Amino acid sequence: MTGRPSQHQHVYRVAGLFAAGFVVFLIVRWALVPADFGVYGFYRGGALADARAIPVKYAGEQACVDCHTSVVDERKGVRHEKLKCESCHGPLAHHARTDENSKPRALNPRLLCLSCHTELKGKPTAVIPQVLAADHGGDGPCTECHKPHRPKIERP
Amino acid sequence: MDQDRRTFLTEAGKFIVLTGAAALAWDHVVAGTPQNAPEYDVHAHWWGMIIDIEKCIGCGNCVRACKAENDVLNEPGCFRTWVERYQVDSADMDHPVVDSPNGAYDGFTEIDKPGDGIKVFFVPKLCNHCAHSPCVQVCPVGATFESPDGVVLVDKSRCLGCRYCVQACPYGCRYIDPRTHTADKCTLCYHRITKGLTTACCEACPTGARQLVDLKNPKDPVHEFIRTHKVHVLKPQLATGAKAFYNGLDGAVR
Repeated sequence: MTGRPSQHQHVYRVAGLFAAGFVVFLIVRWALVPADFGVYGFYRGGALADARAIPVKYAGEQACVDCHTSVVDERKGVRHEKLKCESCHGPLAHHARTDENSKPRALNPRLLCLSCHTELKGKPTAVIPQVLAADHGGDGPCTECHKPHRPKIERP
Repeated sequence: MDQDRRTFLTEAGKFIVLTGAAALAWDHVVAGTPQNAPEYDVHAHWWGMIIDIEKCIGCGNCVRACKAENDVLNEPGCFRTWVERYQVDSADMDHPVVDSPNGAYDGFTEIDKPGDGIKVFFVPKLCNHCAHSPCVQVCPVGATFESPDGVVLVDKSRCLGCRYCVQACPYGCRYIDPRTHTADKCTLCYHRITKGLTTACCEACPTGARQLVDLKNPKDPVHEFIRTHKVHVLKPQLATGAKAFYNGLDGAVR
C-alpha cells in the first residue's frame, strides 16, 4: 500500500510551506519594522529623540536674566516682576544664542499692552488691572505715562 | 489514521507555539540601543500641567507662543493649544455658549450683549497627556504613544494620517497637519522640558495660569498646589488618566 507514506508526505509538504512562509515573514518584518521599535513600548524608540531634536525658540527666563541684570533690578517689587521676559518680547532664543547681531523686534507700545489690559467681561479683576482704551489716557502709546518694566506711575 | 491526525496536530501545535516564542525572541534581537540622551532620564519624570482658570485672562499669549515655538500653521483647526470663552447662564447651565475665535490667537473681543445673569470665564485647552490615552489605543501602526515620562507624542515618520486618533481624542486635541498629512498635537514642548525649560505656553503666560508640572519630582510645587486647591480633570468619567489639572473648573466646561 502506498496510501500511508503519501499522507506523511502531504504533512511534510504543509510543514515545509509553513516554514518557508515563516522565513518570508521574518524577512519582511526585518525589512519593515525599525530596529528600535519596541524598546519602550509599541512604538519606535527613536521617536523620543526626534521629538527632542526640534530647535528651541523661546530661550527661557534664565537666559534673559543672565545678561539683562539692570532690567531685573528695575522690575523689583512691581507687578510686572513675575512676568517672563518673552511673554512680552516674544521668542528670542536666536538672540540669546547669537549676541548683538540678532536684535529683538520692536514692540508696539499700545497694542501689546492692550492685549492683556483691555477691559473684558470674564477677565478676573483681581488678577490684572484693566482699562477701556477709549477712556484711558488718550490715543498715544502707553509708554508715555507707564514704564513697561515698572508700570505703576510713581510720583516723587 | 487517528494516530496520524494526532501526531500532525501535536506537531502543528508545537510549531505554532515555537513561532510565538521565536517572534518574541526576535523582538529582542532586532531591538537596537535606545536613543536616549544621557543627561535626561526618561523614567525619572511624569509630566503634566496645572491650569488655574481663575488666573486666565484670555489674552491668547499661550496660543501665539505655541504656534511660534512649534511651527504650527495659523490656519483654522490647527491648534496645539487654544483658549475657550464660556458664557454660562445660571438659569440654563447645561447649555453654555462657547466661543474661541481663531483659538483666541488674537485674544477675545467684548461680548456684544453680555446678560446680567451670565457667568463668563476662560478655559485654556491643550492635550491632557492622558496616562491611558484613547488616541494611542486606536493607532494601528504604533505611530503615537505615551512616552515613559508621560507625554503623548506622534511619530510623524510612521503616521499614516488615517485620522483614527483625531476622532478618538475626547478632548479634540488632535488635528491633521495640512503640510505633512500626519496627525499633530501638543508635545508638551518635549524638546524644551527635556532640556530643563518650561513649555512655550507657560513661558508666555503673563499671569501664571499655566504651570508645567513634574509629578515624579517631590520638590515640584505642584504637590502643594494639589493639596491646597480643589483640582479636577476634564471628562473624568472617561478614565483617560488625564494629567491636565484644572483649578476652578466649572461644571459647565466640556
